Amino acid sequence: MAEISMTVNGRKVTATVEDRTLLVHFLREHLGLTGTHVGCDTSQCGACVVHLDGKAVKSCTMLAAQASGSEVLTIEGLAQDGELHPVQAAFKEYHGLQCGFCTPGMIMAAVDIINRHPNGLDEKTVREELEGNICRCTGYHNIVKAILAASEAMRGRAAEAA
Amino acid sequence: MGIEGIGARVTRKEDRRFVTGLGRYVDDMVLPGMKHAVFVRSPHAHAKIAGIRTDQARAMPGIIAVLTGPELKADGIGNLICGWMIHSKDGTPMRMGAWSPLAVDRVRYVGEAVAVVVAETRGQARDAAEKVEVDYEELPAVTDAVEALKPGAPQLHPEAEGNLIFDWELGDAKAVDEALASAAHVTRMRIVNNRLIPNAMEPRAALGHYDRAEDHFTLWTTSQNPHVARLVMSAFYNVAPENKLRVIAPDVGGGFGSKIYIYPEEIVCLWASKRTGVPVKWTADRTESFMCDAHGRDHVSEVALGFDADHRMVALKVDTIANLGAYMSLFSSCVPTYLYATLLSGQYVIPAIHCNVRTVYTNTAPVDAYRGAGRPEATYLIERTVETAARELGISPAKLRRRNFIREFPYQTPVILNYDTGDYEASLEAALKAADYAGFPARREEAKRRGKLRGIGMSCYIEACGLAPSQAVGSLGAGVGLWESAEVRVNMAGTIEVLTGSHSHGQGHETTFAQVVADRLGVPIEQVSIIHGDTDKVQMGMGTYGSRSGAVGLSAVVKALDKVEAKAKRIAAHLLEADESDITIENGEVKVAGTDRSLPWAQVALAAYTAHNLPTGMEPGLKESAFYDPANFTFPAGCHIAEVEVDPETGHTTVVQFVAADDFGNIINPMIVEGQVHGGVAQGIGQALLEGCRYDPASGQLITASYMDYTMPRAADLPSFAVATTNTPCPNNPLGIKGCGEAGAIGSPPAIINAITDAIGTNDLSMPATPQAVWEAIRRQGH
Repeated sequence: MAEISMTVNGRKVTATVEDRTLLVHFLREHLGLTGTHVGCDTSQCGACVVHLDGKAVKSCTMLAAQASGSEVLTIEGLAQDGELHPVQAAFKEYHGLQCGFCTPGMIMAAVDIINRHPNGLDEKTVREELEGNICRCTGYHNIVKAILAASEAMRGRAAEAA
Repeated sequence: MGIEGIGARVTRKEDRRFVTGLGRYVDDMVLPGMKHAVFVRSPHAHAKIAGIRTDQARAMPGIIAVLTGPELKADGIGNLICGWMIHSKDGTPMRMGAWSPLAVDRVRYVGEAVAVVVAETRGQARDAAEKVEVDYEELPAVTDAVEALKPGAPQLHPEAEGNLIFDWELGDAKAVDEALASAAHVTRMRIVNNRLIPNAMEPRAALGHYDRAEDHFTLWTTSQNPHVARLVMSAFYNVAPENKLRVIAPDVGGGFGSKIYIYPEEIVCLWASKRTGVPVKWTADRTESFMCDAHGRDHVSEVALGFDADHRMVALKVDTIANLGAYMSLFSSCVPTYLYATLLSGQYVIPAIHCNVRTVYTNTAPVDAYRGAGRPEATYLIERTVETAARELGISPAKLRRRNFIREFPYQTPVILNYDTGDYEASLEAALKAADYAGFPARREEAKRRGKLRGIGMSCYIEACGLAPSQAVGSLGAGVGLWESAEVRVNMAGTIEVLTGSHSHGQGHETTFAQVVADRLGVPIEQVSIIHGDTDKVQMGMGTYGSRSGAVGLSAVVKALDKVEAKAKRIAAHLLEADESDITIENGEVKVAGTDRSLPWAQVALAAYTAHNLPTGMEPGLKESAFYDPANFTFPAGCHIAEVEVDPETGHTTVVQFVAADDFGNIINPMIVEGQVHGGVAQGIGQALLEGCRYDPASGQLITASYMDYTMPRAADLPSFAVATTNTPCPNNPLGIKGCGEAGAIGSPPAIINAITDAIGTNDLSMPATPQAVWEAIRRQGH
């Protein structure tokens, strides 16, 4: 058994888990944060993407114990004070989701992509950056549009703040 | 149309929960005392089970139970069935081999469930499953349908000699043979439609709960049709009578057909819950999804299409072998027959058509409907053949299609269907324009200068959605009716709940169905809730597949709305002392036309329930239900044009442009319809370029059992799509809508392959057109 402690969505949590517990199962089954999904068993689909210390990771591909001491942000922690994050808002506005199953991982990956490209994004870059996230419903068309729009919105906000 | 009514581009009501991680899927469900199931599955494609030893597994930590096939049989649980009877041309019924939810004495495909372990945690169940010892005596396996029909092939079921399930035909063979014999030109092709694995992103899951106090079962399951699941599990599988079984399909993460069927795991979880006295949950891992979800397509066909001297089609002859896998899945028999051969007329006047279909058992996962189901196979066959014919005849593919288009409606094809309406010229024109077809030669030249082979290809598809009417499908062998039901419940303070037997697993019903109500009654969509996916809430339903939710499900809603509106008007006329015929409902108000007298909608609703002042003899309440049984299928149609660039050095294909021009009739929400087209086209491009299920022919092992091996379309594999719509409203349903869920997957594969073969100058290319396949095809041409 492993003693672990981490901050999840701003809340400090500690637990004792089986050594083999994956981070995604810790989030889903121990913390009840079921927004992070499991869509495959080979680290391919990206439904499980969360942020670990500010970077997108596949939570099915690391042990909960490896995340001990880290800050974890899941889809449930993205909206602030009831207001959707610009990427969440853009997915809704541009119909970037259908069944919603890949959506949390897709959004968490998108936030990371936008953060890593502060000078803006083009369609080709977005499509290449989405390599680790699979969607079966949308054909990616509206996901790409949503991410481009969110990138612009976030740059606009950043410019206002500066 | 109002801002939220029919035709409005309304963003989806359901999105907020999904983008915030608050969607509720089956695997998210937790019940007090819930335990976890893991299945022991066959590692062999074909083997006898000589014995199963579970004592080691039972001794593992956390184990509640280890259950096997003989125990399931002892409890009277039935075999899985195929619900659509097909008779061979000699009059004999299809030969259905026994399929036990847990194998008893023999396994017939890799992944077949043999035993189930129930434990405190999923990890413990998995550990123990590895300790279940099954003595297998391996048998030779066959995975290819053509091979399985040959003499001496391994035999799967004693009920089906030669592995033949049925040998069925449709059409006039003699007329076709005569017409082909005297045709000026005959194009012949061998067409293979590659086997696909559906891959909804949410793996299947089931949570069974037996309540001893009530002697009642509840199943949460990843289903497109919870009512059908309840019916089949009670009437055929003997799990529980319908009145003792509640089936709930909460948020479901995509289906594409694969979640229509009732699978062994759902039955076993319910049964195991009664056996163990605890709620039992199973969630597939992706490998199980690959091995055990019903696969799609897998046809091999010989085609002959004859033309007269004026390039008019005179006859089409098709001989198809369809692989149905190791067992007959729930609707497997109707896919390569009534959803396939009936579509072979395409958009064309073809005076004589004959199709022969042999369905075959093989040592592979069961095959059933996958997005399009039979119609993509028919469209690929006819559109590849027409394109090839145009090349052989030396005329443009658009011109050959135009010469043969059906132009007068209704049109009776020689293969059962009666097309109600359409305008194929309009969608072809729209696609040609959007694709700048006229500018293609210049683009091809420009690509050539860069060393690339550029090609353009089209496909003009026809689709039949909303299978119907019930009487007709019954006469063709369907075991169920294909109506839909709805209830419109106006609450006392005027908000509205619509209960529908349709099920949304990505299609956006919570929004589009509310738009129809908003359009009719003028109430904001926020005051309309759509309730679906629970057999205890919605009384009856047939579910969502075959693009039927709009054409059939919404029609039932409209019928119920008609009754609600009529009653509301009677109440308002009484309260306003006006004539019923003068009452109109607009913007949330019930008015007397031409006066300033009106009542808020909510006040009419309240009056219906206070019942203080109703017309004499009227029952209180404002709640109506309806069943809708369509008079005919609907016939969406359209034209897809693909433009590709092939790198002759690597064989890699890039889709540089994809245009879809579709006639879906009237549209409720263009944003959602476009999304359906995008997704369908992506799946079709996946089939054409990337996806192909492969079994090792010698061992029967599934080689493509993970996302490392089965190529799913990713964002960088696809372009942005250009989507246009034309409109000939469907005359047979109240909203004039046709269905849009499958069109993308139907129209796109032949357009892509026609484009690649145009680029590389050979027709000899099969799906998936991987770089290797394209490179080899180029080399065969001696480029």
